[in-house]
Amino acid sequence: MTDKSVPLRRVALIGNPNVGKTTIFNQLTGMRQKVGNYPGVTVERKTGILSGTRPIKIIDLPGSYSLSPNSIDERIAYDVLTGHLDGEDPPDLVVCVVDASVLERNLYLVTQVIDLGLPVIVALNMMDAAKTTGLDIDVRLLEERLGVPVLPMVASEKKGIGKLIIEMRRSRLPALPDRHWSLLPSVDTEIQTLISKFAIEAQFVPENKRYIEVLQCLSNDVMLDFWNDKAPEFQKAVVAARERLSGMNVAYRQAEVIGRYAWISPLMNTVISRKKDPNAKTVSDKIDAVVTHRIVGPILFSLLLLLIFQAVFSWATPAMDLIESGVVGLGRLVRMQAPAGIVTDLVVDGIIAGVGNVVVFLPQILLLFFFLGLMEDTGYMARSAFIMDRIMSKVGLSGGSVVPLLSCFACAIPGIMAARTIANPKDRLITIMVAPLMSCSARLPIYTLFIAAFLPTGIVFGPITFQGLAMFSMYALGIVLAFVAAFVLKLVFKGQSSFFAMELPPYRMPRPRQIFWRMIDRSKAFVVRAGKIIFGMSVILWFLARFPGVASDPEIDAQRLAADGRFEVSVDSLISEGLSDTVAAELVSEEMAPVFRRINAAEAGHQVEHSFIGIIGHTLEPVMRPLGFDWKISAGLISAFAAREVMISALATIYSVGNGEEDSPLLRQQLKADRYPDGSPVYTPLVAVSLLVFFVIAMQCMSTLAITRRETNSWKWPAVMWLYMSGLAYLFSFIIYQGGRALGWG
Amino acid sequence: MTIVDLKPGDRAIVTGWATDDPPGRLLEFGLLPGTTVELVRSAPLGDPFDIKVRGFHLSIRKSEASLVLVEKRVTS
Ligand SMILES: Nc1nc2c(ncn2[C@@H]2O[C@H](COP(=O)(O)OP(=O)(O)OP(=O)(O)O)[C@@H](O)[C@H]2O)c(=O)[nH]1
Ligand SMILES: [Mg+2]
Repeated sequence: MTDKSVPLRRVALIGNPNVGKTTIFNQLTGMRQKVGNYPGVTVERKTGILSGTRPIKIIDLPGSYSLSPNSIDERIAYDVLTGHLDGEDPPDLVVCVVDASVLERNLYLVTQVIDLGLPVIVALNMMDAAKTTGLDIDVRLLEERLGVPVLPMVASEKKGIGKLIIEMRRSRLPALPDRHWSLLPSVDTEIQTLISKFAIEAQFVPENKRYIEVLQCLSNDVMLDFWNDKAPEFQKAVVAARERLSGMNVAYRQAEVIGRYAWISPLMNTVISRKKDPNAKTVSDKIDAVVTHRIVGPILFSLLLLLIFQAVFSWATPAMDLIESGVVGLGRLVRMQAPAGIVTDLVVDGIIAGVGNVVVFLPQILLLFFFLGLMEDTGYMARSAFIMDRIMSKVGLSGGSVVPLLSCFACAIPGIMAARTIANPKDRLITIMVAPLMSCSARLPIYTLFIAAFLPTGIVFGPITFQGLAMFSMYALGIVLAFVAAFVLKLVFKGQSSFFAMELPPYRMPRPRQIFWRMIDRSKAFVVRAGKIIFGMSVILWFLARFPGVASDPEIDAQRLAADGRFEVSVDSLISEGLSDTVAAELVSEEMAPVFRRINAAEAGHQVEHSFIGIIGHTLEPVMRPLGFDWKISAGLISAFAAREVMISALATIYSVGNGEEDSPLLRQQLKADRYPDGSPVYTPLVAVSLLVFFVIAMQCMSTLAITRRETNSWKWPAVMWLYMSGLAYLFSFIIYQGGRALGWG
Repeated sequence: MTIVDLKPGDRAIVTGWATDDPPGRLLEFGLLPGTTVELVRSAPLGDPFDIKVRGFHLSIRKSEASLVLVEKRVTS
């Protein structure tokens, strides 16, 4: 039990991206947050508890290069440290994690954090890397000059964590040192005047924090905007001061950076002694000479992409088949064991089939996260951005968009979240807006079903089959449209030109455990999220297709009566030929089974047509007709709005075939056999293509809209996303279907 | 001259900025007058650049590199 009178001590971990903050956090809290050799792995703040007699709350922050927020994740770090976040006090202690092998750049942030007026401990991480680079750091001297405790450590090997815990638990927190560095005199004078103005309007800001707040406002517009309403006089004074300084040709925006580095650079020369030539090529440099080579680099990158696709789409197949037959088997087992009835129907047709449709993707998701994890851990991810930036910037994206967009092949949700690492807000928004056009794994079962059922088999050339080419075209169409959409959006959002400054971290050995756990955690999250929606939707769908029950169709009843009559007659005539009752009945039922099956299916069809889902489909049919879609497809599309993979279970429910795995021969046959009243087939290859293209483009995923709303913090962007994607989908399918018919392919 | 005018492997010293409003992020990375930079290489399509400053590798676009004024040091 914790003592209620003493509030929990709160400790924040801050530092440059990719310095090992999360590694330390995980070791302190025993949690398993995602770690990776790529700047910007942590995009949200995470909290955990360091247990003990006096537990401590630990806050893991996204990496920041400075406290002047340049991107959203940096903004979070700043807000947490300054207590700008609503209802939250600043932490009691800040642990500033530092990469010892690039100490100089890291100290920039350290000096900023010290100026915040909070107790600070410096965790000097990556001492091993510093050593291999040939750096010898005088920790004592560094500690003395900074005026705060400095603890050397190698977090990945758990070295130095114990000492850090002891320091964090001390009842007396380290004292605050004085500010070490100084501004240009002309700027400093302005700041002093501004501080006195600020003190009047913003009394609630503690005295020792005013300096940095005012300094930030002078150089950063976002920071100044924060005070527009809260301290209008101060805001005006800042604008006036800026003008005065510009008039004197003083680069006031650079003043802070120059002042800090002017203190840090000489310090480096005293605390660091180099054992090796700093310009000597490291192992990492040698790898880069190959990996980012003019010719070899792009070839390697293409080969890697090819390998990932190959793995996801063919190595995963055996495992997927296994899961599939498992699901079917489970459904059969339940049917056999449980009494027939409405509840069993719901469990088997609704829940098992529906959830089974999601679990089937698991092998693909696991493989995808394996490769993404490998790329992140080794440091290759940053290189892929480096190689691709030129191409991406042409269409309004940036090298930083590559990773988020690649993740979208698994699922748009992690992809959209990964876009937080893009510092430029325009690039980030464009990346988010086009991300769902990448074909996610939820579309795969629909592609598989319709391509297998309606497109011709046969070989185009070499090992390439017609159906394989069709599958590839679906992915290619999504990518091309994403680029086109990005290009258009780039023209729409004029203004701020895009920039792209990204650290290229040194290569590191991947750590199998880390990759393994990430695969597990990510997959679990995917299954749980998708499972919830699918589960809910399956149940709802099942009800929609089952109710409101209507009276049976008199015509079908008449047919059934006639069939029953014929059955009796045939049995009687066989008995009169000398066969026993049972043998006769058996023979006749075998012979007439297809007739009864057809009648039953017709009755089931009649029921579905008059169920809620049938009513919805019929209402929508006039709108969807021009695309070649009948009421059943329309109804399926509506249910697929929740999540694309629901389409399969919806069609399965509508066609009353029980279970809906994508290559269920039953569902495929039903689709092929379906006819309009005039006898023409519902599904022609043209309809299938129209439907496939619709699925490539249309926005049919509630979760994606929800995450877009969260990430852009407005309803406007998800609305725009839904409208443009659905509009485009309708347009494309319309052109394909109508154009195809005009050419006589209908 | 600017970073763009360097050849791969060249080292130079930053002398200033070709703009009144240099990108804040680049300043924070320590790309300041007096700093040594090395142009390591350019990406396969010629843009962005991989530069080395203060002991780490940084990828910056050509458009940003062309803002950084440099003076070549005679390599010893
Ligand atoms: N050599 C070495 N590698 C380390 C050490 N600590 C962490 N790493 C590795 O450094 C990389 C980055 O670690 P993270 O913990 O994800 O870094 P982070 O600071 O949370 O990064 P962001 O969330 O991106 O800001 C991972 O590949 C770690 O395995 C260390 O002491 N030595
Ligand atoms: Mg992290």
